[in-house]
Amino acid sequence: MYDVLIIGGGVTGSAIAREMSRYKLNICLLEKEEDVCTGTSKANSAIIHAGYDPEPGTLKARLNVRGNAMFDELCENLDIPFKRNGSLVVAFSEEEMKKVRDLYDRGIKNGVPDMEIIDRERLKKLEPNISDDAIGALYARTAGVICPFTLTIAMAENAAMNGVEFFFNSPVTGIDKHERYFTVHTPDNVFEARYVINAAGLYADEINNMVGGEPFKIRPRKGEYLILDKVEGDVAHTVIFQVPTKMGKGILVTPTVHGNLMLGPTAEDIEDKEFRETTPEGIQKAIEGAMKTTRAFNLRNVITTFTGVRPVPDTEDFIIGESKLVPGFINASGIESPGLTSAPAIAEMVVDIVKEAGLHMEEKPDFNPKRRPVIRFNELTDEEKKEVIKQNPAYGHVICRCETITEGEIIDAIRRPVGARSLDGIKRRTRAQTGRCQAGFCTPRVAEILARELNMTLSDVTKFGGNSKLLLYRVKELLKEDGEKNV
Amino acid sequence: MIGGGPAGLGAAVEAKKLGIDDVLILERDRELGGILNQCIHNGFGLQEFNEELTGPEYADRFIKQVKELGIEYKLDTMVLDITPDRKITAVNSHDGLIEIEAGAVILAMGCRERPRGAINIPGSRPAGIFTAGTAQRFANMEGYLPGKEVVILGSGDIGLIMARRFTLEGAKVKAVCEIMPYSSGLKRNIVQCLDDFGIPLLLRHTVVRIHGKDRVEGVTIAEVDDKKEPIPGTEKYIPCDTLLLSVGLIPENELSKKAGVILDKNTGGAYVWDDRETTTPGIFACGNVLQVHDLVDNVTDESRIAAQGAVRFLKEGEKTEPQPININPGDGVRYVVPQRVKKSRVEGAFKMFLRVTDVYENAKLVVDSDKGRLFAINKRRLSPGEMEYINVTQRLLNRFPDIREITIKVERG
Repeated sequence: MYDVLIIGGGVTGSAIAREMSRYKLNICLLEKEEDVCTGTSKANSAIIHAGYDPEPGTLKARLNVRGNAMFDELCENLDIPFKRNGSLVVAFSEEEMKKVRDLYDRGIKNGVPDMEIIDRERLKKLEPNISDDAIGALYARTAGVICPFTLTIAMAENAAMNGVEFFFNSPVTGIDKHERYFTVHTPDNVFEARYVINAAGLYADEINNMVGGEPFKIRPRKGEYLILDKVEGDVAHTVIFQVPTKMGKGILVTPTVHGNLMLGPTAEDIEDKEFRETTPEGIQKAIEGAMKTTRAFNLRNVITTFTGVRPVPDTEDFIIGESKLVPGFINASGIESPGLTSAPAIAEMVVDIVKEAGLHMEEKPDFNPKRRPVIRFNELTDEEKKEVIKQNPAYGHVICRCETITEGEIIDAIRRPVGARSLDGIKRRTRAQTGRCQAGFCTPRVAEILARELNMTLSDVTKFGGNSKLLLYRVKELLKEDGEKNV
Repeated sequence: MIGGGPAGLGAAVEAKKLGIDDVLILERDRELGGILNQCIHNGFGLQEFNEELTGPEYADRFIKQVKELGIEYKLDTMVLDITPDRKITAVNSHDGLIEIEAGAVILAMGCRERPRGAINIPGSRPAGIFTAGTAQRFANMEGYLPGKEVVILGSGDIGLIMARRFTLEGAKVKAVCEIMPYSSGLKRNIVQCLDDFGIPLLLRHTVVRIHGKDRVEGVTIAEVDDKKEPIPGTEKYIPCDTLLLSVGLIPENELSKKAGVILDKNTGGAYVWDDRETTTPGIFACGNVLQVHDLVDNVTDESRIAAQGAVRFLKEGEKTEPQPININPGDGVRYVVPQRVKKSRVEGAFKMFLRVTDVYENAKLVVDSDKGRLFAINKRRLSPGEMEYINVTQRLLNRFPDIREITIKVERG
């Protein structure tokens, strides 16, 4: 019997798992995919928002501002790439300037520090590439950019270090409610837990329905993005938003924490929660939207495009709390933007809710809030590089040429707690395969290391688990008679 | 030599033969030979050796010489930095971080394949999408075939070669789609790799959507108009488990930029003199890092030119050219390499490599100078997929004493 069972290994579930792991509890986390950070958490704007956007008084407002303030310590402890580069909301007309002032007032109400309204001249100084049509902006210094993969993975890893058990490829197919506990079914297992926390992202409404909690709906809303080569990384220095609309914060132009340039997202309500396609219309819309902010980027330097899907709740605010109809069942649902920013604050809140609900929670004296720092070879000084290679020669073997990622880093990503099991798992942990060649050169090498470390053949290597096998046949296999075929 | 593919090997052998003792090749892969190692088809070496060799055989001719001549090389070694004054930082597992001061540097890093993102193919992101070269490596060096029902986007030479390779492996290549009205590959490859196997080449077609969640399940292709935009109503669904991309090669010049080398935006390679010296004195470039070649024989040829330039630099030091001539692409010419000539140094002749912008039938390649026309050559057919070479002799250059500019253009009819 687990004390707490968390459904969903996105940023919310991982943050809750880590926060809960401070206490003497039996905790497990079930994730339907083969890794953490495979849904909304992996495909979003990767921004730590200041907190002037949400309506004052909402959970979003409170948890955004609280979450933002937690990031310095969190990233320090868990070795997560994070930069407080500030954000701008740029106005292109007097009417928009009025909205910018409204956002400022809203920020004050929400308790956002370090904001100011700046004029065209200041704006040009901050962002020399900004469109000449821009007339002013809201400048919020506390906003920043983060690596959302590392954020989620590091929290999951730290939770695992502190005793949380992770089960992958474990979609929840049913939940039975008993007096004082739940039985949770997956295709391969049955779990019993006293408290169940629903952090199932896009599927949180379906999980909620399984136990009969107060009904809500999660609507998928897709956003399409473009990533440009690092040569374009200087086009923007801050996160540059346009004035928000009903559909979201609009199309932004931002450097990523790793120095690429990102454009997007679009915002379009869709039916299919599994939809992850990019479309010509969407990409065009993202480009045109970004061009309103600046035209300084060269589209020849686009290295990839992607679509993310946000879980939009019909309640318009995060849904966090114990179900009144089903005591012991706690929602952390409807976590759309600013979900990444709010995640650590949501986790604190959920811990309080579980305490309130009656779970006895005693702090562990040996809780370790830190994880072992990750060696990122290309960020080291020459002296440090020499030293790490001396300690472990695998750090002298460059596998990903574009991002200078070494074999040592890839092996480490596989061997750590909640380690990588697929090519995409390696990608999200190390950035190998994310550079300008987009994995052309290093795929064979990374696949080989995965196979070796996990004791399997190249045929078993997947892009992201399931049926996403990379190589379907051995050479000459198709030429053999059917009878001999080695399937 | 930064790179131990055909360009680096050829340059190293030439430099050694010209009397330079201290030659070093830095190679990032686990063996010398570069991309030739995965090109197991034949057709290499007709110019160089008067024989048809496979890629590994061609490479081996040079690797043998490297070994016989006692040229030093380091494998699995990645160069991290080159400074304008030729200090090289490299790394490998055995030596750790290495710093090398070089008298001259020859850039020979080759090129990479343009990935999916660069051409923005819409659709999902499943397993089963490979650049043609990556699939070639898996098939020819690792022994794995990515899939058995294949669509190829782009008709670059590696894509054409892989169409044949997959077919010989018992896989079905359903179509090769080329967005342009002509192929970017060599004519001989279209005949030998597609026509001979009945594989359809669909010109003016592109992939407009990739289907499949975990693994590619199919692609939607469509015809494109003159602006390369898909024509509504022409969409066609092709079931397949693999999509190969052969949509262009990009010279790998990230290191060159660190060395202060100025690039030509038309080639993606360095802006060079006829001896292949870049804009940074003492740093030379040859092979696909300079311009994407059709034939490895031309890479070897170019590697010798670069080695000769580097050896002269080592012996004579940096010199300012008193009679520089700029070479410019004119109408119908996409680029010319070299981009300028050290006229006072030309011995006998030098060769210009160029590519045209479109297909031309019965046209002329005209070589003009700022002092008057030098000459014109009749061409039955010019195509962007086939590199053209023009020899310019010293005698011709001397026809006008003060030439400063040469322009090459295409004249129709």
